[in-house]
Amino acid sequence: MLVSILHRVSGDGMALVGLGVLLWWLGALAGGAESYATFASVMGSPIGYVVLIGLTWAFFNHMSSGIRHFVLDMGAGYELTTNRMFSMVSIASGLLLTLAFWAVILLK
Amino acid sequence: MGNGTPIGRVRGVGSAHHGAQHWLVQRFTAVGNLVSVLFLVISLLMLPNLSYGTVSGWMSDPLPAFMMALLVISTFWHARLGLQVLVEDYVHDLGLRFATVMLLNIAAVAGAGFGLFCIIRLALAAPALAPALTGAA
Repeated sequence: MLVSILHRVSGDGMALVGLGVLLWWLGALAGGAESYATFASVMGSPIGYVVLIGLTWAFFNHMSSGIRHFVLDMGAGYELTTNRMFSMVSIASGLLLTLAFWAVILLK
Repeated sequence: MGNGTPIGRVRGVGSAHHGAQHWLVQRFTAVGNLVSVLFLVISLLMLPNLSYGTVSGWMSDPLPAFMMALLVISTFWHARLGLQVLVEDYVHDLGLRFATVMLLNIAAVAGAGFGLFCIIRLALAAPALAPALTGAA
């Protein structure tokens, strides 16, 4: 049940917040160096980092549980132990991929 | 919606028989999102830095511009479908639900349109506008 709730939270979170940030990013790029600098300074603030890290987690979590959905749609993985393990793997991989992404970005 | 016969009470309220199509397109766009967002994620990791010149130069290349255009179409379509399910689960008043889904459709198309416009501007106008955009002489 937790995986299902997190799938919805991360998906709708990206739809409502993530697409807004995406459009701001694209609009800032199309607007020129000055508008991009404004975008970069907001996203470089503490609140900006919280939003970006949250969106990164939302993406990797939604991707992991989405792949789980594809497997379940094929009719596989309904045995209790398999299902339970796949649920935990999808939560863990969402967190680990987020950690790995930011490690590469911040250590660059 | 009538209130007399049993059929009158349910007509127009129940399934429009579009559920399977909704479900399938959600899966199709999910695959589109998987490919296009991973392309963006890996590209962001591989760019030497995230300065204006680097990112706008990257986006004005044909392949990234094409992939970002697909990303915008696929994610906005997928988000429209996902948010519709959210609305249908939690907005119970039929009139309010209709209005919310209508606004959702308009917002999704407008958002995707704006995103595509920005990408096309960067991809097609960037070479000519590059000095003006970067502030260089």
